Amino acid sequence: MMIEKELVVIGGGSAGMAAAIQAYNEGIKDILILEKDDKLGGILNQCIHNGFGLTEFKEELTGPEYLSRFVQQINELHIEYKLSSTVIELTKDLKVVYSNCQDGLSIIKAKAVVLATGCYERNAGAILLAGDRPSGIITAGTAQKYLNLQGYLVGKKVVILGSGDIGLIMARRMTLEGAKVLAVLEIMPYSNGLNRNIAQCLNDYDIPLYLSHSVSKVIGKERLEKIIVSRVDENLQFIPNTEIEFECDTLLLSVGLIPNVGLLNNTTCSISSTKGPYVNEHMETQTPGLFCCGNCLHVHDLVDFVTQEGRTAGHGAALYIKGLSKHSQTIIVKNGHNISYVIPQYIKVENTEPVELKFRVKKPCKNVNVIVKQDDNVIKKLIKTALIPSEMEIIKINVNDINLINNSDILVEIQEK
Amino acid sequence: MKELTCIICPRGCRLKIDDQLNVTGNFCMRGKQYAINELTHPMRTITSTVRVCNRLDCVVAVKTVPEIPKDKIFAVMNEINKVKINAPCHIGQIVIKNVLNLNSDIIVCQNIE
Amino acid sequence: MRDVIVIGAGVVGSLIARELSKYHLDVLIVDKENDVGNVTSMANSAIVHSGYDPEPNSLKAKLNVLGNKMFKQLCQDLDVNYGQIGSLTIALSDEQVLILHDLAKRAKENGVNVQLLSAEEIIKIEPNINPNLKMGLLAPTCGIVDPFNLCAHAMECACDNGVELHLNEEVLNIVNCNSYFEIKTNHQTYQSKIVIDAAGLNSDKILNFIEPCDWKITPRKGEYYVLDHYAPGLVNHVIFPIPTNKGKGILITLTTSGNYLVGPSSEFIDDNEDFSTDSLTLANVKKSALEMIPNIPFQHVIRCFSGLRATSTRHDFVIESAKSSKNFIVVGGIESPGLASSPAIAKYVVEEFVSKLINLTPKDDFNPKIKPYINLKSLSNEKRNELIKQNPEYGTIICGCEKISLGEIKDLFKRSVPPYTVKAIKKRIRAGFGKCQGGFCQPSIVSILAKEYHISPLDVLYDKNHSNILVCRLKDGK
Repeated sequence: MMIEKELVVIGGGSAGMAAAIQAYNEGIKDILILEKDDKLGGILNQCIHNGFGLTEFKEELTGPEYLSRFVQQINELHIEYKLSSTVIELTKDLKVVYSNCQDGLSIIKAKAVVLATGCYERNAGAILLAGDRPSGIITAGTAQKYLNLQGYLVGKKVVILGSGDIGLIMARRMTLEGAKVLAVLEIMPYSNGLNRNIAQCLNDYDIPLYLSHSVSKVIGKERLEKIIVSRVDENLQFIPNTEIEFECDTLLLSVGLIPNVGLLNNTTCSISSTKGPYVNEHMETQTPGLFCCGNCLHVHDLVDFVTQEGRTAGHGAALYIKGLSKHSQTIIVKNGHNISYVIPQYIKVENTEPVELKFRVKKPCKNVNVIVKQDDNVIKKLIKTALIPSEMEIIKINVNDINLINNSDILVEIQEK
Repeated sequence: MKELTCIICPRGCRLKIDDQLNVTGNFCMRGKQYAINELTHPMRTITSTVRVCNRLDCVVAVKTVPEIPKDKIFAVMNEINKVKINAPCHIGQIVIKNVLNLNSDIIVCQNIE
Repeated sequence: MRDVIVIGAGVVGSLIARELSKYHLDVLIVDKENDVGNVTSMANSAIVHSGYDPEPNSLKAKLNVLGNKMFKQLCQDLDVNYGQIGSLTIALSDEQVLILHDLAKRAKENGVNVQLLSAEEIIKIEPNINPNLKMGLLAPTCGIVDPFNLCAHAMECACDNGVELHLNEEVLNIVNCNSYFEIKTNHQTYQSKIVIDAAGLNSDKILNFIEPCDWKITPRKGEYYVLDHYAPGLVNHVIFPIPTNKGKGILITLTTSGNYLVGPSSEFIDDNEDFSTDSLTLANVKKSALEMIPNIPFQHVIRCFSGLRATSTRHDFVIESAKSSKNFIVVGGIESPGLASSPAIAKYVVEEFVSKLINLTPKDDFNPKIKPYINLKSLSNEKRNELIKQNPEYGTIICGCEKISLGEIKDLFKRSVPPYTVKAIKKRIRAGFGKCQGGFCQPSIVSILAKEYHISPLDVLYDKNHSNILVCRLKDGK
């Protein structure tokens, strides 16, 4: 039996909840959220630190507090959701196959789908750590789940590889809970985390940060016993005779997050440099009616932006379901000098709303212009005192400024002064 | 002259503060206040967990409201580690009232049904 | 007094156990590891070689060719994934073409059907191959197999037919008491009429307990990359370079789970427990592989690992009685093509050795098959829903990457060789084998194991003993 739904949202985290609420508020009432976990909220359930909601609620909340406000809205609006329900297939004609213990394997035909499946952590396999294969090497997010949801420590003497925000947050959390964090290592010459997290998670607890350092060897037969850390050169290659030994029982990996988009394999979406799909300004992918938002589109540093993106996708899905949005000709948005990605990668020519271009730089830079241009025509120019890869930037452009007729690409670039 | 990173918001302004408590580098007024506090009496919000006895392998998130002095972090952690509660528990529920007489409560910040 | 004790529960020990379970015998298998097939049988190329490559008239040649022919039926009986995809050995220079002709001759001597193919013919069947290749040798009988379950299911079949398995038992000494042996382990002392030494990397050391051993095992390490099952059709055959004296060289193959395997390197080491990987070695593996398939998507690597081959100084399998006692049978030096030969080795050991030592009375009720497994992914939606209705746990997905349900994981505990560790579950059912490598499902798997064995999550092991994942439970109040 096939059930029909106007909108199916895959993933009940911050992005999915925001998309569902937005679509509901725009008149789409026939919505189903499918969440694989036994509660709504996604990864925020284990992000018990504070710092969430400054944009959204103008106050500083912990992850669970932030998510609870959206759960409350979902409940008040009676938006339907199913927990412990894993989507195992998504087709290009928007059939969603999910499995749970009550409904078994069910198929839903949706008018529109919002994919909001978050991201997963790069792990030891993906970064090819050299040396032994003991236990005690674990991704920071998995360690966070054991610690913050179940109350178990994965180690007592810890080194953290990668200075992304999860790594920094876990350095503080594990220290507070009685572990000794010996060091945070970062292969790049700059940190990948927010400045304030370096201040309040490392500096407050005298945890040293080693920039341009990485793990050159893992030692330990059963449990991790020791790691050898070496300095790297500008090509990220280990420099001989710079070895430092750390005796530790745990190596936490905070070496990057990757959009979780395995479900797109059977659709017509192709994958961009963010490792998420290409989207237009409504977060609609190349598969008509399939929208994507949050960390499965590109990895965010702040949940407030995830919520905003979820709303954009929910808005796009509502327009699509109402027949107010058709796949039309598009203008391509391209990455220029020192830009690692821009979202959206397409703008529909029929669009009349202002468009937010989200981007990251490849390398840190100071006192630069961010230029958005089409051919030689500068659409927008922004002066920035400092840009770093770990902070996503937003630049708003007006559709009136875009030449929709000649269909030339838009280029976003950093201009050094 | 002391340099510090503002932790009030994700912007993370680089602040400079001199002996007369003149602050520069702040984007907003909260940054100024932060710099002054940081030099005179630094405060922090602590988030941690307490065990939920009647659920298998479960803890619930808690935090200090309002902030506590930075040098009392580990003393407060010690107090947090002594408590256990039962589900259901809800956001705002007080776990420890006026912890160590610091005029701060430890409150639940996660709903567990 | 036991009739036979087999030391080692790798693929060879497990298949010998199954072969012995066909007869009325009192058989015990001991292994120092906490799971079957936990050393060499776990980390290899998982190739069922066709047998054209070994030195003619060697044990390797004989048993490989025989073993290859046994695989189809064996894997059907044991519910193990197996595919006869064929292998292609690639010549990239005129010099190598000459070697390829020699290999074709050798194949004929070994009784293996091969075909020399032109570059054009190969490009048709392997579109991603280096277009500059000169010629290739197709061996259609080469196959791929799931090595984890071959081992686990063979042992399961043996146990279902009455063999006893003791894991976590390391043999510390063996005394030849003339009419029997006394085998002392870290747990107890056994007496047995016959000992079969299938101890893999330690087979020489086990033999040393009763007599000086005139050959030696030197572990030969191989390092591999595993790619996610992302790009279908990267290769359709097992792709080999021209073999050298260091072995069959760096191959690229599809695995039975749809992943791709690239490797192995080949390096003699002196430590039986050194499973480390090395970035320089892996870089060389990558370079060699790219010479054959220039567009291998290395960005989809999900893991690298190393395995140790039990290479003997005899350069052939060592399958013989000990000099001091015909009742002590050594099965050592089982390196490549060991996996392909393993069913034939088991038969050879029982028919040529054990049968001459003890009376073998066949069991009437021997069941060559194991109880069928439920594999939801292979079933229709209707069938799945029927099962979920009977047991809702088949509806709860634990591993999202590989889509493995709680019901399928819990089924494993009902088998005669159940998993005790996170890794053992991963080997049997692939939970945690996907792109997140268990990042999401590991905490659930730990909880499932703790609940099943009534232990604390602190005592759940990732793999070997002392490989606990969690070290401390917090917040219990002091």
